[in-house]
Formats: sequence, structure tokens, C-alpha cells
Amino acid sequence: MRSRSELKNYKKEQYDFRIRLATGGLLVLICFGILISRFVFLQFSKYDYFQTMAENNRISLVPIVPNRGLIMDRNGVVLAQNSFVYTLEITPAKVEKSVEETIDELAKLIEITSNDRKRLKKLRSQTHSFESVPIRTHLNEEEAAKIAVHRFRFPGVEIRSRLFRQYPQGELGSHLIGYIGRINDRDLEHLKESGDLSNYKGSDHIGKSGLEQYYESQLHGITGFQQVETDAGGHAVRTLSSTPPVPGNNLILSIDSKLQRIAEEAFGNYRGALVAIEPSTGEVLAYVSKPNFDPNLFVDGIDSESWKELNESLDKPLINRPLRGIYPPGSTFKPFVALAGLEAGKRAPPFSISDPGFFTLPGNTHRYRDWKAGGHGMVDIRKAIAVSCDTFFYGLAVELGIEKLTDFVRHFGFGKPSGIDLKGEMGGLLPTPEWKARRFKQKWFPGETVIVGIGQGYTLVTPMQLAQATAILANNGRAMQPHLVSSIQENKEGRIHPVPLVVSDQIVLNPKNVELIKQGMMDVTLPGGTAARLGADAEYLMASKTGTAQVVGIKQNEKYNESKMAERHLDHALFITYAPAEDPKIAIAVIVENGKHGGSTAGPIARRVMDYYLLGKEPKPTQPAVEPPSAVIEQAPEEHGHDE
Amino acid sequence: MMNKLLKHFVKHIDGFLMGSLIATILVALCVLYSASGQSMDKLTSQAVNITVALSLMWIAANIPPQHLERIALPAYVIGVLLLIAVALFGEISHGARRWLHIGVAKIQPSELLKIAMPMLLAWYFARRDSLSTMKDYLVGAILLAVPVGLIMKQPDLGTSLMIGASGFYVLFLAGLSWRLLLGAVVSVGIMAPILWSMLHDYQRKRIEILFDPYQDPLGAGYHTIQASIALGSGGLAGKGWLNGTQSQLDFLPERTTDFIFAVFGEEFGLLGNLLLLLLFTLIIGRGLVIAAQAQSTFSRLLAGSITLTFFTYVFVNIGMVSGILPVVGVPLPLISYGGTSLVTLLLGFGILMSIHTHKKLVTS
Repeated sequence: MRSRSELKNYKKEQYDFRIRLATGGLLVLICFGILISRFVFLQFSKYDYFQTMAENNRISLVPIVPNRGLIMDRNGVVLAQNSFVYTLEITPAKVEKSVEETIDELAKLIEITSNDRKRLKKLRSQTHSFESVPIRTHLNEEEAAKIAVHRFRFPGVEIRSRLFRQYPQGELGSHLIGYIGRINDRDLEHLKESGDLSNYKGSDHIGKSGLEQYYESQLHGITGFQQVETDAGGHAVRTLSSTPPVPGNNLILSIDSKLQRIAEEAFGNYRGALVAIEPSTGEVLAYVSKPNFDPNLFVDGIDSESWKELNESLDKPLINRPLRGIYPPGSTFKPFVALAGLEAGKRAPPFSISDPGFFTLPGNTHRYRDWKAGGHGMVDIRKAIAVSCDTFFYGLAVELGIEKLTDFVRHFGFGKPSGIDLKGEMGGLLPTPEWKARRFKQKWFPGETVIVGIGQGYTLVTPMQLAQATAILANNGRAMQPHLVSSIQENKEGRIHPVPLVVSDQIVLNPKNVELIKQGMMDVTLPGGTAARLGADAEYLMASKTGTAQVVGIKQNEKYNESKMAERHLDHALFITYAPAEDPKIAIAVIVENGKHGGSTAGPIARRVMDYYLLGKEPKPTQPAVEPPSAVIEQAPEEHGHDE
Repeated sequence: MMNKLLKHFVKHIDGFLMGSLIATILVALCVLYSASGQSMDKLTSQAVNITVALSLMWIAANIPPQHLERIALPAYVIGVLLLIAVALFGEISHGARRWLHIGVAKIQPSELLKIAMPMLLAWYFARRDSLSTMKDYLVGAILLAVPVGLIMKQPDLGTSLMIGASGFYVLFLAGLSWRLLLGAVVSVGIMAPILWSMLHDYQRKRIEILFDPYQDPLGAGYHTIQASIALGSGGLAGKGWLNGTQSQLDFLPERTTDFIFAVFGEEFGLLGNLLLLLLFTLIIGRGLVIAAQAQSTFSRLLAGSITLTFFTYVFVNIGMVSGILPVVGVPLPLISYGGTSLVTLLLGFGILMSIHTHKKLVTS
């Protein structure tokens, strides 16, 4: 009995258990069914989606930055190049401790100056925390090795070997070569607008001024790309495909760096500008802005101390004077006024005046003085240029009228940018009654026409314009577009593409009239001329004009006393010239700020340039063309801001 | 003579179960080789683990179930005492206190409970009359709650859930009333908010991320997203052995352990997944058959629990890798790298074999 009931219980228990077990089995099947449907969803329905995700995960495009093109002078002397340099860089986002602490630690290994720190601080404020920024550049081998040994202690800190822009000639031609700097938000905006942003993936630098800026698209090159397979850590595992970068093109300048150096050194301690042009081609041979600066400072972010020094200096070294320095042309304007007169049928010889030393407008007693008290006696147009007779030009200007005068000289490039291959060129100013009405809401007074005749008043020119006008005159009215880059060399195959010469204007002039003006200019450096001393020992004939531009106005009847004036209030000295006069090879405009007399300060600088260019004569080393100015500093003349 | 010796050697080995296990383990070695970045070291060390685990399985298979019944209580008591010791003196690693130093060796007492827990409950219900009362289930639940609670505190959510499941299966198979089950489900529904508040922050995060892994794609959701990408990009036939980009390029985290299934799914695709599930189904099916044919209450409850617990491991792991369950840190049984879980698992299968091959002794 008992065993039977036990057996029955056992059977019942086993039956119940099997029901439960079957329920468990059902659970297994249901759950596995769920898994299978999930597999179908992931691996079948959404396969394409996940396939793409996996590819995006593993493949990334790595930009390969092209080598920037070189800048060379007309003889192949390198003015801007790239060199491999070790840099110590930090990615703030990857640093475990604070950036400051890390740098304190690093400073125990290698020298990190307070300037380096300041520069880093500035760079960090301009970049994202996941971007690598340099702490120090130009590490030497020993420093690089020291850091490499201790690298494990500094997560986020790396030694990189990077191509660095370098300006081997230092300050030489700094304003024309310009510099590159790190791409900032404003540059990114411009790149976005021009659609070039994708070409700058991986690029840290962009041309900021000078030729580096103007020819950015030529110099930069085309960024290459590498399709690489990366692991989860972002490290490249292997290269799948690659498009090599196209290196930037080289610029070959019309500048002669030797000539440039001679011109720069000729200035000594003077501030000023010089532009030398080959009249027949428009090629710029020398382009000087003094004082200059070292463009190497800017390449990886200038430290604030150097920046302050450059930016706040009374000498304004960052101003690109040939293009952005605007000065009254003074008497250098006279040959062009004279030509305007001749072309208008006025003042043709034998016309001459008897100069009493002043000029008065009819019905007015105001005396417009000549620079030479007592006057120059009998003056015809040729003599008027040679002795720079103010009285002659006062009258001529009045007779021509302001409109006729400005319309004519505008052909020589005054009042508008020359179009040279640099950015930021100023147009200067040719005043007209409309301009004055617009600008000051005032009517034009006849007296204002009088002083325009001698290049004073509202008239303003840049050294570039003055040089170009001289070149046009030397070239008998044929205006060649001035340019600094004479040819562009493809970096890939070395093919050279010359920049075509462009005739920007052909002024119709009577050759007899031109010849008369040129005669007058030749007389300037001959006995009796305003710069007779300059031409005394010259081996070639030059055609020139001296000029003096007032910095502050001098009141009527007040005697000009130069010894009393602070050095910065002294007149600017101007000089334009071309030579050889019979077959012009070079046309030059020089402005020496506060240099007093064109003939004695600006002239000798031009002379040195011509001596070297035409005769190969080199000046004795370390001897400026003119004596340095006395070091009295009061206040700088009003200048125009640097665009950085 | 040799033949007879061999026969004696395999007397307690179940051929069907053994075949399925070996097939699965061979698959496991292939996947591990790929997942470890073709590391021979890892492969060798896992082969050693397998050898040790198979030997222990053989020993377990040769121990009659009655002996197990006898050691059930002491094993449980020792296990719980060790868990208490862990809570007091355990070594902390990765923010959890799971290990205990005993002389030279480190042990993880929670592993012992994986076997001892269902053994104890099977022993407890076998001692009762066939009609167990409410009180028995209550006692069973308390016996279960002690180690589960201790392990949850370590914290080790995955293991405590698995041990909880193994105990629950015994209760369920022993005849826990359906009404009570329903009641439990309802009360869990009510308790859920309270349980939620008791969870650790990282555990909560894991559950939150489960529902929306893209909430934190580079942090907590990273595992789930990368695993889904791996599986999904595997497609129908997979990218081929050693060719999974997600696995070979380090995108998959924990790819030799908890997330090894993603490696498998990426390289062998939907077809491979179905094949692996088939292998698991064969093992589970055989386990259920063994349980159904077991003759004593103890052995059938134990066999049923071991089998269903194995299934739970599989489901929870694959579910978490394929993104339908939270990431709770449960390895894929037989496949994931690591000796401890393999030893415990194969000991369980040894017990199944023992139950199956010692049947006649029970009836006689």
C-alpha cells in the first residue's frame, strides 16, 4: 500500500515536474526566438546602416599638408623657405594635470621663457582645447631628446617635427615678403566664403601680410588626403589610399635682394620708403619701408612683448610705407604739373616769367611765397623744374584750373592705387571741388588751387604712386602695371610661368613736351639745379626732381626755423629720379621722413641704388648714404593703423 | 584491456552532451583567437582552463548524486561564511569587493554559490514531502536571499542575478504555485521603484543607457552602440574569421570576455549566430531531457536548475550584447575568456552527467 502510494506520489510528482520543465523549455524557445528576431533586425534589416557605421568608425581621412612654395628674388636668392624644426606641443584636452603645472614640470627639463608662456596663453585663447599648440619651437637635438626620454610623464605633450616657415634674410624686405601666421577665426571666415576651407584641413598657417598674403592661393598648394584605417584610439593602422598633396608654387620676384639690401642700408637710421621700378616692364626692383621688422617673429604667434614693442614704437615699423604711407608730394609734383601745362598749350617756350619771389591772386593781397626769397629772376619751364620755382607753378596751376590739372595728373597714377600685387594699398588723394564739397561741405577756394601747383595742400601720394608716375614719365607715357612677382614656378615639375607684362595705360603725349620736361629734370643734378651736388661725380645722366613736404603748416610771415623744430616735425624729404636719362633702366621714388631737403637726404639714397644697379658699384659697408638724424623725438605724425 | 579501461573512463560521460560541449568549446577557441588579436598566449591559457575544467567535470560526473546531496548544506554554509568574509576583508578591485585572499590563492566565493545554491535548495525540497507548503517556499526564499543580497552588495549585479535565477528555478520546478508566481510578478512591479532607488548609480545608468544608448555614446552607451554596430555590420554571412573591423581595430570593448559574442556575430553573421544558438539549444535540450529522466527529487531539481541557469546566462549575455537587455556583466557561457566561470559551468555539466549515468544505482 505504502509503496504503491509512494509510487503514485512519485509518478504525480514526476508529472508535475515535467510540466514545469516543459514550461521552462517553452521559456527557452520564446527567449531564443526573441534573440533571433533581434539578430534579423540588426544583421538583415539594418545591415546597411550598421555597415556604414562600421566603415565610418574605421576609416578616417587624414589631410597631408602641402609644402608651401618658396619666395626667391630675381637671382634665385631664397627669401622665404620651409625647414624642419622640432616643436614642443601640447594638446590641452589630453593633459591630466593643469596645463600650467605641466609646463612648470617641462620647464625643469628645458628652457621655457615667460615669452613662450605668454604666447602659449594667447594661442590657447584662439584655439580649441583638442588642438595641438606649440609651447616652444626650434628645439635643438638635445632638448628634443630630453623631452622624448620623459615623455611618459607628460600625457598630451608631444615633440613634433614640423615644416616651419623661415625667412632666412631676416628683416630684409619684410614689408614686401610679409609673413604667415596661425589661422584665426577671421581667416576661417574668409576661407569659408571663398570655398577654400577644405583645402586648409590640416593647415595651421596662412599668409597674413605682404606677398605671403597676396599670393596665398599660389603658395599654399593643394592639400592631399590619406584614407587610413584607424583603431578605436584614433591611431592609423594602415593606409587604404592616398592622394598626394600638390606643393605650393614658388614665387620669383623682380626684386634684386642685393639692391634691396643696399637701399635699406642707405637709409641708416632714417624712416622712410623707397620704390625702384624698371620703367619698360613695371618690375619692382627694390621696395623699402624703414624701419622694418623680423617676419620670423610672427610665424608661430608673436609673443606679446615683441608685439608691443613693434606696435607701440614711435617709428611705426609695422606700417607698409610704400603703400600705406601717404605724404604730400611737394615739389616732386611739379614735373607733372608742368607737363599738364604744356599739353594744354600753356607755358611752351619761349614763355617765361620774371619771378619776384611771390605770387598773388588777382584782387587779393595774400602772397604765396617762393621757397627762395627774392625769386629766381627770369624763369622758363625748363628752369622752373631745375630750380623748383614755386612762383612759376602757382600761376600755372591757377591758369589750368584744378579740374584740368587733376584730370591730367590722374593718368600718371595719382589718386588711385597702382594695383601692385600687395594688399592694403592706399589711393592717396587728388583734391577736386567735388571732393571738397563731399568731404567738408565747403566750396573750393582759388588759393587751394595755387598750392596744389607745388604739390601741397590736400594732395597726398604714396611712395608707390610717386615711383610709378616717375616710371611712366621715363617711359614716355606708357604705363606698365607695377608688380613684384615676375614669374611663378610650378613646384611639381619646375615649369616657370612668367607673369605677363600689362600696359595699364598709354597716355597720349606730345614727345616734344615730354622731352622738355625731361630736360628740366636732367638739369636738376647739373650745376644750377636743386641737387647739383648729387650729380657732380655721376657717371651717367639722371633726370630727377627734389621735393620737400611740410609736416606742419607754417604761418604767413613766420620764418621757418628748422633748428627750433622737434625732429619729428621736420619736413619730409622727397626725391624722384630715373636713369640713365637717355635710356631709362630704373625709376626711383624716395621719401625720407623728417629728412628736411630732398636733394641732400633722399637724393643720396637714390644715387646709391642707381650706382649699384647701373654700374655694379657697391657702397662701403656700414656707411649710410646720409648722416643719421638728431635723436630728438616729440610726437609721431599721424599714421595709419596696422591691420593685424 | 585498453578498450575496457577506456569504457570505464567514459562510463559516466554523456556522449550527446559531451559532443555538444566540445563543439561549442572549439567554436569558442576560434572566436577567442580572433577576439584577442590572434594571441597564442590567450589561446593557450584558455586551453589550460578548459583542460582543468573538463577534468573537474569528469570528477563531478563520477561522484554519485547522493554524495552531492550530503555535501549540499555544508557547501552552502561555507559559501555564505566566505561571502561574509569577503564583505569584511575582501580585496577591492575595479570598485568592487569580490575576491578573498587565502594564502597564495585568490578566490571568488560567489562562484561557489553558483553550484551550492541550487544544490542546497534541491536538498531542502527533497527532504520535504512531495507537497511542499508555503512555509517551505518562504524558507527557500530566505535561504536564497542571503547570498544574493551579499553578492549584490559587493557589488556584482550579474552574478547575484544568476544565483538568484538558479535558486528561483529550483523553487519553480519544486512546484511553486502559479498564483504565488503571479503575485510575485505583481509585487515586483510594485517593488520596482523601491528597488530602483536601492541600485548603485552605475547600475541605474546601465539600465537607462539600455533604453537609450545614444544618451552617452562615448561613455556608458559606448559598449552597446559598438556591439550593435559589430553585429549589424556582420550581415548575413559575416565579415569572415579574423576580419571583423570592429573587433580587430579595438572598437569593441571587453571583446574577449563579456562582449565576445559581438566578435562572433560580426565575423560569422546571422548564419553563425543561428548555428551557435542551435548548439546552445542542443545543450539545453539535453539538460532538460536529463532532468526529465532524473529519478530523485534532488537530482531532477538540481539538473533542471543547472540547465535553466545555463540558458539564462546565454540569454542575458546575448541579450545585453545585442542591445535588448542592460549591460550587467555576465559572460557568455563556454565562449567568454576566463577560467573561473568555465570551471563552474563544466562542474554543473559534470553533475548533469552524474545524474544521468548514476540513475540505475538510485532505483536499485
